[in-house]
Amino acid sequence: MQVLLVDDEEELVTALAERLSLRGIEALWATSAEEALRVLETRSFDLAVLDVKIPKIDGLQLKKQMQAMRPGMKFIFVTGHGSDRDFKTGVAEVGADYYLVKPLKIEDLITKMKEVLES
Amino acid sequence: MTLWSTLKPAFWDHEDVASGPYKHLFNFRRMWKLAVFSTAAVALAPLVFMTVVDYKVNQQAIESDINYQTARLVSNTRRSISFFLSERRSALNFIDKDNSYQALGDPLRLAALLENLKKGFGGFTDLGVIDDTGLQHTYVGPYNLEGKNYSEQDWFKELRSGEAHISDVFLGLRQQLHLVVSVKHDLPTGRFYVLRASIDTQQFNDLISEVEVSGQGDIFLVNTEGVLQTASRLFGSALVRIPIAVPEFSEKTRVLEVTSAGEEFVTGYAYISGTPFVLMAVKKKSELLKPWNDTRKKLIVFLVLSITIILMVILGVSTYLVNQIHAADRKRVMTLHKVEYANKMASLGRLSAGVAHEINNPLAIINEKAGLIKDLLTLRKEHAAGDKLLGLVESVLASVERCANITKRLLSFARHMDIKLQPLDIEEIIQEVLGFLGKEAEYRSIEFHVTADPDVPKIESDRGRLQEIFLNLFNNALAALGDGGRLDVTARRTDAQSITVSVRDTGCGIPQADLKRIFEPFFSTKTERGGTGLGLSITYGLVQEIGGEISVESQVGQGTEFTIRLPLKLESVRKPNHASPVGG
Repeated sequence: MQVLLVDDEEELVTALAERLSLRGIEALWATSAEEALRVLETRSFDLAVLDVKIPKIDGLQLKKQMQAMRPGMKFIFVTGHGSDRDFKTGVAEVGADYYLVKPLKIEDLITKMKEVLES
Repeated sequence: MTLWSTLKPAFWDHEDVASGPYKHLFNFRRMWKLAVFSTAAVALAPLVFMTVVDYKVNQQAIESDINYQTARLVSNTRRSISFFLSERRSALNFIDKDNSYQALGDPLRLAALLENLKKGFGGFTDLGVIDDTGLQHTYVGPYNLEGKNYSEQDWFKELRSGEAHISDVFLGLRQQLHLVVSVKHDLPTGRFYVLRASIDTQQFNDLISEVEVSGQGDIFLVNTEGVLQTASRLFGSALVRIPIAVPEFSEKTRVLEVTSAGEEFVTGYAYISGTPFVLMAVKKKSELLKPWNDTRKKLIVFLVLSITIILMVILGVSTYLVNQIHAADRKRVMTLHKVEYANKMASLGRLSAGVAHEINNPLAIINEKAGLIKDLLTLRKEHAAGDKLLGLVESVLASVERCANITKRLLSFARHMDIKLQPLDIEEIIQEVLGFLGKEAEYRSIEFHVTADPDVPKIESDRGRLQEIFLNLFNNALAALGDGGRLDVTARRTDAQSITVSVRDTGCGIPQADLKRIFEPFFSTKTERGGTGLGLSITYGLVQEIGGEISVESQVGQGTEFTIRLPLKLESVRKPNHASPVGG
């Protein structure tokens, strides 16, 4: 499983990438939309985990551009602004395959990744 | 209950307790007084003025009419009497001129003349000739008056310098009312003689008594001493002195007002020239004014009725209008309170969402870093460390989870404020809200009973608002209930368009006086225990926002029942009047 993590918090995204690597999941990371798109030009991923809110461009726009480049890619959104109540509607709103609220539980993330890829 | 407390308008006891924008804009009592007094003044002043003017004009018209009628009566009658007397005097003059002194000295001739006078004019009873010494040397008539000397009598003395004389009415020898007309004939020798005739006053009386006098009035002749010359209906028969003074001499007919024995009389009089007579017409003023009094009574009744009606209308309309303004102003103040509360809640929502978001990111970093430490400790052999380090990391992760739960709750507090309609099972919402209070109820051994009729349909409404409404009502009920009380919640279908939910507790109840004000903002009986007085006011507003109605019934000592009617479908969604907090 090859995963691209996009979040403007470098501290967060590096730690998360390392944790996923420890579990045998190949995870690259980017801290901006430009960087993510540049990486995507060189290679493809099965899945992208995107922060809903990143500088300059929002997660939804980024998702559209990334999907245009790699149509088979799946997306999971991560937000710091969610609540349980918004959970279901939020997924529909951003058009993501899944939607998680920070702080994440690594086990939950991996489970969802697998679910999304299998669907 | 006094009449005043029943009639007292709602604004009368209004007291302004708030300040700033919550202050009522008007002084209602002053406004009411201003409206009542200014309208009353403007409406009543012209009415009273016109009525007074009309009254005066009418009174003057009637009085001048009375005077005019009296004057006309007197002058007409005077003409008749003057004519009567001058006719007889002229007759004597004619006889005197037509006959020589010698001829008149012949009793036979004189008797023939008397006979002719009786036939021609009537009223003559005797005829005599008197020489300038006052001796009546020839006389024809029913008495033997020949040889009587009149030289010492006043009328004879007066006649020496005049031409004719008409006497007062007197009884004389005959004990019959009569008057005497005398004419003087000057002889070329410088001497004179007098032709004297007695006239029965019967004809004279008839002439006057035939005159119609209005107002129980009377018309009669008096002499200048005030002795009646003809019979009077008011003052008695002839030769009686009348109780009112004879008015002073005037050539023309005049009308006076005279008071006698407490009664007012309108008196018209005229001096009849060449005679000692004064013609007087006396009318009772009270009788003359009778038609005027009737009119006046009607006028006064009309005035009093008009004033009463005008005042009642003014009072009614002013009270109604000021009441409406008062109600509108109360509504304004209440809306301001609601807006302020809603804004406060929105700000609080925004603030908590902001705080939660700001904390969430570093929290996520701590979470990942600690998670990585844990991963390294557990997944990489070379980093394998003692249980103590792992325990510490686990503890950090557990604390992060606790913090995450707090931020999640803060974010859900800042939920969307727009009405979001969805089909809802009312029983499910009630159970959900009761679930929050389960612990407290259990602790205080309060029983909850929820019954919903099977035919209660799902309603299309806003979940958040319904939750808040029920939470407020249940919290109130719990506050009112003692330990071991009971809370009954029942839902049933009202009609094709609505359902009814009633929340009944067996608590302390609400006094009747408070019941009216229970939905008012800042009305609280729990201020000492931290009540804001906003709960039910907000509940009321929320029920209205989702198109429902709320009412309350209560019995002190037995409990309170709130009844909410909710529409099955909310026709038009009313947007709440505040901005929704920003999420995302």
